[in-house]
Formats: sequence, C-alpha cells, structure tokens
Amino acid sequence: MIKSIQELSKRQAKAQKEYYCDKVRISVGAGTCGLANGAGEVLETISDEVDKQGLDFLVRQTGCVGFCEGEPIVDVMIPGLPRVFYRDISPRKARELVQAIAQRDFRSEWALARLDKDNLLVELERDVSGKLNGLAKVPALHELPFYKQQAKIALRNCGFIDPHNIEEYLASGGYSALAKVLSSMEAEEIIDSVENAGLRGRGGGGFLTARKWRSCRKADGYPKYVLCNGDEGDPGAFMDRSIMEGNPHSVLEGMTIGAYAIGADRGYIYVRLEYPLAVENLRIAIRQAKEYGLLGENILGTDFSFDVKISRGAGAFVCGESTALMASLEGLSGEPRAKHIHTAEKGLFKKPTNLNNVETWANVPVIINKGWQWYSKIGSDNNKGTKVFSVVGKVKNTGLVEVPMGISLRQIIYDICGGVPDKRQFKGVQTGGPSGGCLPEKLLDLPVDFDGLTEAGSMMGSGGMIVMDDRSCVVEIARYFTEFLTKESCGKCTACREGVREMLELLDKITIGQGSTEDIELLEELCCYVRDNSICGLGKSAPNPTLSTLKYFRDEYEAHVVEHKCPAGVCRELTKFEIEAETCIACGRCIKACPVEAITGEKKVAHEIIQEKCIKCGACRDTCPVDAVVTL
Amino acid sequence: MALIKTVIDGKEIEVERDRWALDVAREMGISIPTLCHHEALEPYGACRLCVVEVTKGKWTWLTTACDLPIREGLSIRTDTPEVIKSRKMTLELMWARAPEAEGLEELAKELGVDKPRFKLRHDIGKCILCGLCVRVCDKLIGASAISFVNRGAERRVGTPFNAASDKCIGCNACVAVCPTGHILTVDKGDIRYMETWRTELDMVACEVCSKGYIPARQYEAITARLGERIALDKVCPACLRARTVERFKAASKV
Repeated sequence: MIKSIQELSKRQAKAQKEYYCDKVRISVGAGTCGLANGAGEVLETISDEVDKQGLDFLVRQTGCVGFCEGEPIVDVMIPGLPRVFYRDISPRKARELVQAIAQRDFRSEWALARLDKDNLLVELERDVSGKLNGLAKVPALHELPFYKQQAKIALRNCGFIDPHNIEEYLASGGYSALAKVLSSMEAEEIIDSVENAGLRGRGGGGFLTARKWRSCRKADGYPKYVLCNGDEGDPGAFMDRSIMEGNPHSVLEGMTIGAYAIGADRGYIYVRLEYPLAVENLRIAIRQAKEYGLLGENILGTDFSFDVKISRGAGAFVCGESTALMASLEGLSGEPRAKHIHTAEKGLFKKPTNLNNVETWANVPVIINKGWQWYSKIGSDNNKGTKVFSVVGKVKNTGLVEVPMGISLRQIIYDICGGVPDKRQFKGVQTGGPSGGCLPEKLLDLPVDFDGLTEAGSMMGSGGMIVMDDRSCVVEIARYFTEFLTKESCGKCTACREGVREMLELLDKITIGQGSTEDIELLEELCCYVRDNSICGLGKSAPNPTLSTLKYFRDEYEAHVVEHKCPAGVCRELTKFEIEAETCIACGRCIKACPVEAITGEKKVAHEIIQEKCIKCGACRDTCPVDAVVTL
Repeated sequence: MALIKTVIDGKEIEVERDRWALDVAREMGISIPTLCHHEALEPYGACRLCVVEVTKGKWTWLTTACDLPIREGLSIRTDTPEVIKSRKMTLELMWARAPEAEGLEELAKELGVDKPRFKLRHDIGKCILCGLCVRVCDKLIGASAISFVNRGAERRVGTPFNAASDKCIGCNACVAVCPTGHILTVDKGDIRYMETWRTELDMVACEVCSKGYIPARQYEAITARLGERIALDKVCPACLRARTVERFKAASKV
C-alpha cells in the first residue's frame, strides 16, 4: 500500500531500477494479435529454452507494439546495449534466438529494428546510443517508415511493458499524473488543463472532453459515475483493445483523474465479451492498483476514493452508443434513448454520468504530466493530439498507427503503411468503420482529423481504416457495411430498423444486376431519411458508407444498373472471368487455385475457364502471375 | 415550476420547462400523429411519426416531439415539408413491414402515400413494434410477461422462448393498447386464450351464473394489490349489475 506521494516516487525509482536491471530481458508481444499469430507458443519455447540452458534471463510478455504485419514480435534487451525488435519469430527461430543471445549474438538478420533510446516511445530513460555491437545494419526503430511519423501518446508503453505487472507501469512514470492532481491541482484546474489541451473524445464524436466533464461536475446528484467505453465494435478496429491489453493502467489512471475532477467516486469499464484478454488484463490491473493504494479507498493516503468495476458487454455493436451502453450496464437490453437530456445530467441509473472512450482516458495522464501547453502543440487546429488508427485491408504494413491529427491520408496509407501491395491501384479508404465513409483517391491529401473527415462525408469513428484497391467494388462495400448494420441495429426505431433493412434490399438488388436508376434515387432518399430520423448514432451514421460511395463513385453504381457490369469484377451476377490466351503462360497456377475445377488446360496450352462451372470467386485472377485473367 | 417561452408553429406561448413538446402542441390543438405514444407511459420515441422540426440558434433538425423536453430557445414547427416527407417515409416503411396492420393504410393515405415503394412483407402479422404492449405489461401491470426478442429487422415481441407464459395474467391490457390489432385473444368459457402469447388461462367462475369471467391470475393479482381493504366477490359484471338492480329495487320498496 502506497500511502503518500513521496512514497510513490520512491517506488517508481525502484521499479525503474528493476526494469533496467543487469539481466537480459526477452519480451514477446502477446496481445490478442500476437497470440493469434503464435506468440503463445513462442513465449513457451523461449521460457523452455532459457530454463534448459540454465540462463538467468527475464522472460516477459508485453502488449502489442503495433506492427501487426510482423507478428509474432520479440524484443531483446541486453544491459548496456540497444534493445532489438525481431519480427516473424517462429518457435524454431525463438529457440535459436535464445541460444544466440546467450552468446551475445544478435542474429541481426532477423531484426526489425533497434532502439537506442527507450524514451523515444515511452517515458523510461535509457540511452545506449553509439553501442551498436554488430547492429549497424539494423535500422533504428524511429527511422523505420512505419514508425517515423508516429507519435505514441495513447499507445505509449504498449509493447514495452508487461501489462500484468504494475511495477513496470510505475517504472515508466505511471501514476505520477494522479499524484500530481491529488497533491497540487483543484478540480477546475484539471478540467481547464484538459480543455486547453484541446482533447476531443476519441470514440468517434469528437466532443470536447473537458466540456463533458464540466457539465457532469456541475450536475446535481449523487452518486456520479465515470465510465469507460471499451465496446469497440467496428469491423477492422482494434486500437482500444490494444490499449486495454497492453497498458491497462493508463486507462485506470486517466479514469481516476477524471473522477477526481468530476467529483465521482465510482465507475465502470464496459468491455465487450469478445475481448477476453482485455478483460483479464484490466482485472489484474484493477486488483494490483487497489493493492498499491492507487485505486479504491483513500487513494495515495488522501481522502479521495474511487472504485472501478468491469462490466462485460454481450457483443452488441449498438452498446457502444452511450445511452445503449448505460441501459446495458443497468441490466436492461442495450437500446438507446433520445439525448435531449444529456447523460451528464441523467445517465446511468438516472444519475450524472461521464462516459469517455478507452483512448480518450489513456490520453489524460499525459496531458497532466507534460502539461497542456506541450499537448496542444501536437495536431492541427481544433484537433489536438494524436489519433490511433488501425489500418487494414490492401496495404503492405497493416497495424496500429498513432499519428498527430491533421496528417494526410496519403501519409498514413503510403508513407507509414507502405501503400497498396501487388502493384494494384488504390481505390478508396473506408474510415470510421460501418459508420464512416469511403473516400476516393482525390481526397488522399485530406487532413485526417475530426473536422476534415466529417466535411468529406465520412467520420473519424473510433479510428478504423480499411484500404481498398481496384479489385474492390464500392457497391459491395456499401452493401457489406449495410448488412452488418441491419443485423446490429437494435430495432427500436422505425427509421433504423426498417430503413436500413430496405437500404440493404436495394443494395442487394443493385449488386445482382436487378437495380434501376430509380432504385439509386430511392436509395439516396432513404439514406437521407435514415440519417435524419434515427434515434441514435448507429442509425444516423448508417447511411454514410452508401452516401459517400454514391457521392464519390456514382459511376460505379450506374455501371451496375445501366450496363449491368461490376467494374471491379466482384459482384458475381455481373461478372464473367476469362483467360486471355495470348497473355496466358500456361503455368497451371489458376488450375490449382480453382476450387471447383472449372479451368482446363495443360502445359504449353493456354488455359480456359468453363463458364458453366465457374463460381466467380476470383481465385484464378488473384494467383495469375501475368494478369491474364480478366473480367468482362 | 419555472415558465419559459417557446414558439410552436409561429405561436409564442409560455410553458413549464421540461414539459414534452408533444403534449404542449396537442393542448394547443395541433394534430401530431403517433403510434408508440400513450399518456399513461413514459415517452419512447420509437415510431418516429411525431417528428417535428426544431430550431435552436443556427441549428435546425428533425426530432420526435414525444420525448423532446421544452427548454429555453427552442422554436418548433410541426408542418414543414421536411416533417411531412419524413412522416410519409415512416408510414411507407411501416406499411411495407406490416401491410395488414389496422389503420395504417388510412393514416398513410391521409398523408398522401398511395402505396409503399418497398416490398410488402406478410410474414410478421400486424405488429409495427411500437412496444406499447411490452411497456404496459411491464410498467403498468407489473407482469413483464412479454418482451422484445432479437434485434434489428428480426425484432419481434413475444414471451420467453415463445412458450406459454407463467407471468401473463391475461388482463388484455396489451390488446387494448395495441394500435394495429396485432394481439389476438379469445375467451372460450372457462379458458382465456392469449393466442399471440400462446398462453391459456383458467377463468374464475362467477358464483352466481357459474360462467368463467376473469382469468384466475388476474383475479389473484387484483386481490393481492387490494390487500385486505376490499373483499372482492367472485361475481361477473353481468351478475353484479343484476344484483345491484335487485338491491336498488329492494331499497326503493322500503
């Protein structure tokens, strides 16, 4: 139990000494993404091998460092030498790596990057610049294109510290911000800092965080609740998961500071059930924080108390909406209500409630620690700080990217994520998940921030980014997201339940070639109706994928209904695959790839598709090395 | 309660802060259609028929009147082209969803919708999911025998697992509030059959004519609520009336 602020500083210093002890430390990125790629087995192999060799190494697991393309990622820290990150480590490689490290051989050919100064990405201090020891050819982490333009605030520590050990969070200066507010800041001063920093809610709406806090502080009623929204439900989005898994204490510290500023003494973290590791890591973090006196009764020996409980959502997308989330927390079904009366006035159990998203909370300790002046220099006007994006789809380097707001889509997609692979053409990017929009190539230089994206007809959403190449059909994309929303609509209001379903009917009709120009017009009218008449954000934003693709790719819709063609060759009813005899090199790859044996041909004989058998899956086109498979 | 000024359809009036816009407008004689609203229940905002156009400062938007509390600086219009357009689409969608729903066609035609532009669905009865039955059963009767099941387009109203309910008291309040005639119920002598909820209820026999007249569970629920204050005779309304008449006659003879 840490009973005073002085004691906390001592514990932090001790923890830092332990973190940079005189032992070799091997860490495996064991977030859900790492585990899915075999990090669990890698971790086991490393522990085994260390035991077998009788080595006095520390073996630790960390969260995700963001470079999904290279999972499983392992990093090795030898006292006095640069920290080295390795990519694509299989159990076999892991065993060899342990043996090599025991001989002080870095196996630099497997290395992704080296890190000379730990304080680049986290607040730990360690500078071993200049001690390259055979690592000269390994690029520095901050010079990698993937990391070069990133600025880690919300993702700080993710992939660097062991989320199961509060000591490592303390080593990185954790809970200093909490100590600072408890010892030297008035509630109003904290809210002013957050306001001056310009922090806007990272959950999607971009509402000013401080304004929310202030209205909740001013509202009458006891108790007041402080909530954390961890119900990240967008397909292709995983930034909040990564924070909860990799650095859960940053969320707890942020919430505790918020609670102090608002005058709340209890709170909930609402996490979706599909994130079991996030739930487990948060649970461990809460337990440890309580043991350390950083959460619960009389925090750090002061008279401020704050208790947090975890509530698991059953996996409804709509429960990410604030009022539906609160209904779910109350044990009711997750349905939203009108927000004419703000939740800051009457929220959970009709009491004043403040809800912020995981990433927003994770930003708070940094604002307090470094000061709003520092924070407000990052980002663009009215869009301060960084935003984490999960970039997936047709890019070379998929992963989590945290960048200052205002950076362009082009910088994220091309400079950081390496652009579209396989020499394909960029077509569009869906930002903001099912609630966002699809932006075309001409908007690649759009600054990525709350205002820029909304103006363009998309939205920031929670930060999902799905990149599409010229083999993606935008009508099909709109249809896919609309289908998702048809299933995820709670069904309470007519506008969303019936409207989105009829949108799907029309999109279905268009993708199978039975649509007409009138259907496109009706679709547009319906979209505007659903947007203007739904109760909650789910319905209000549900038409975004359709409206944005209609705005930027209308010709493709028209091709579907007028010429009955799918220009991207995706919609099966409108597509015919053929092999160009003069281009075909008769390599046989398409024959092997075809799941229904619809391709004939042999060596030196141009291959041919039997149309009656073809199911138009496109496998032949994807495997053809010379682009001989064409769509008609 | 503090009085504040607001403007509805161009008329400035003074009302108590936080009163619902729908109630205030109706008191002013303005007609606003609703399907999910009932005076005895809290506003719900699901059917979207009561949308109005609200202006506050530089912002104008559509919102439902039933759950809109009147606050400072609001100006409300109930008859703009946007409002009419929205209501028409709502009815079009409802009509397509439940073509047999009673009264929907008339309401739609009144607003100028000839027929829906969407496929008519005939598979889910007359229910438009206004939720009145669910809310009445829960909030007023206290039985909570029915609830919404599934979500999105698959949303329905039913008993748990669509099985006979042991919570339903057979009071028919759901039947009374249903705006479209979806809920079916029939009395067959000593049994009341709540067909839509697949629930059969034994009736209490009248002590006079021995015909079943009230579901036993409803009788129990009422006696439990009344407690010891009033003893309830097991007499059907017809016999009760006859008895009252007899008593009256006897009294007038004296």
